[in-house]
Amino acid sequence: MSATEKLEDLPEEAAKRREAMRLLARASLAELETAWEAIADRPEIFAVRGPETGLVMVRGRIGGGGDAFNLGEATVSRATVRLSSGEIGHGQLLGTDKERARYAAIFDALLQTERHRPAVEALHRLIAIRIDAEDRRKVEETAATRVDFFTMVRGDD
Amino acid sequence: MYVAVKGGEAAIANAHRLLADRRRGDRALPSITIEQVVEQLGLAVDRVMAEASLYDRALAALAMRQARGDMIEAIFILRAYRTTLPRFGYSEPIDTAKMKVERRVSATYKDLPGGQLLGPTFDYTHRLLDPSLIADETVAEPVVKEPGEHVMRVSDILDGEGLIEGDGRMPEGHVMGDLTREPMEFPMARDLRLQALARGDEGFLLALAYSTQRGYGRTHPFVGEVRIGEVEVELDLPEVGFAVSLGVIRVTECQMVNQFKGSAKQPPQFTRGYGLVFGQSERKAMSMSLVDRALRTDEFSEDIVAPAQDQEFVISHADNVQATGFVEHLKLPHYVDFQAELDLVRRMRRDYEAANGSGEEGMKEAAE
Repeated sequence: MSATEKLEDLPEEAAKRREAMRLLARASLAELETAWEAIADRPEIFAVRGPETGLVMVRGRIGGGGDAFNLGEATVSRATVRLSSGEIGHGQLLGTDKERARYAAIFDALLQTERHRPAVEALHRLIAIRIDAEDRRKVEETAATRVDFFTMVRGDD
Repeated sequence: MYVAVKGGEAAIANAHRLLADRRRGDRALPSITIEQVVEQLGLAVDRVMAEASLYDRALAALAMRQARGDMIEAIFILRAYRTTLPRFGYSEPIDTAKMKVERRVSATYKDLPGGQLLGPTFDYTHRLLDPSLIADETVAEPVVKEPGEHVMRVSDILDGEGLIEGDGRMPEGHVMGDLTREPMEFPMARDLRLQALARGDEGFLLALAYSTQRGYGRTHPFVGEVRIGEVEVELDLPEVGFAVSLGVIRVTECQMVNQFKGSAKQPPQFTRGYGLVFGQSERKAMSMSLVDRALRTDEFSEDIVAPAQDQEFVISHADNVQATGFVEHLKLPHYVDFQAELDLVRRMRRDYEAANGSGEEGMKEAAE
């Protein structure tokens, strides 16, 4: 069973965490740092793995929807941390920015604590609003380049 | 006996120092930043990423700067860099149907769902050199409009009539290959060929694609669609038990639709060639799709009559890092090889002259 088939059956908590990880992967360093600074009584952070940079082989599908093939690799940075309160967090994102990966792991761990969950969710909303605005802008710019065809009837009868 | 010749260390060190100087150029000018290369020479960055087979715009820009703009040198540097990194895993296949489309055109349907979206294209420009770019003139913001309906795939439209082959399926039980893990072997399955083409040299694939249009392995192509945009890359995370998004990458996809008159086994229908490339590069994606289709001779019982149909020829020579390595190694010292050859040619020349000389003598004697 592939991971994508599992998605519909994902329990609510897991689905939330998955969405949170998607947002954290696209967070800027400034967003992460600001959110971290704003957290009162920050727990101690212990590195479990990394942060480290490696590769993921990106796959495509033949014809767009057929069988998979290996398209090429992408750089990925990841980290796993443990909070002094015990929660484990994972961060993983495209690129070589290990610091962002470490922060992503920290916020993944903080999401699991009752105490810090509201602050982390506020960060998620901030990132989501920015990404949505950026995506929306791009879609609208593209829409302006849509061709409106019209035909001209030539000749009489 | 092997005699090692040493020397040249000082010359090499000074040459590299000179290279660094020439790379930097006139110190009175500001140094170009990586961000500037990424933002303002984006398509060159995309080409380096695609042919290095490594998606990382900042590193590709760095490699280009280090290589003084020599694309193949930059690709080489980036390929070398990737060998220093561990492999974390394989992504879930990207879903180009869910692409955030920035450009999509079809040459087969005028009014298709989603429409013809031109995006940031060079098409329809007059290709006149623009002196206004010498000065850093203010550039107008793009026009925005309310988006239309979902950008439907062209292959899905034709598929409804059953007149076009489906998305590519590998034979039952086929294990997906990975060129970075196993040596090349021929005949090569389509999944591996696509991996090789995706990182193949744009110029080489363009020339081969062009050759099919000029009659060397004709494929009767139409651009079903070209689309450019961002897709999410997801990686299965065993620690949490589901796949998570790592972020988005920009890719270019080309669905080439090819007329096929049918064979003993198959009815007449449209067949397809597929192109998928990192970054924005429709020339490469289109070339790839034409070559992909040309190489599918075994599936359609086609005779191999042209270079673009010969998979060993195409795949073995598409990689510009391998190609440049072998061509450029010729300039490295071959002193001993050449001495041996020189000796051989001298001997052959002596024999030749001796034979010709005696021949002349013989003829003289016969005449007398």
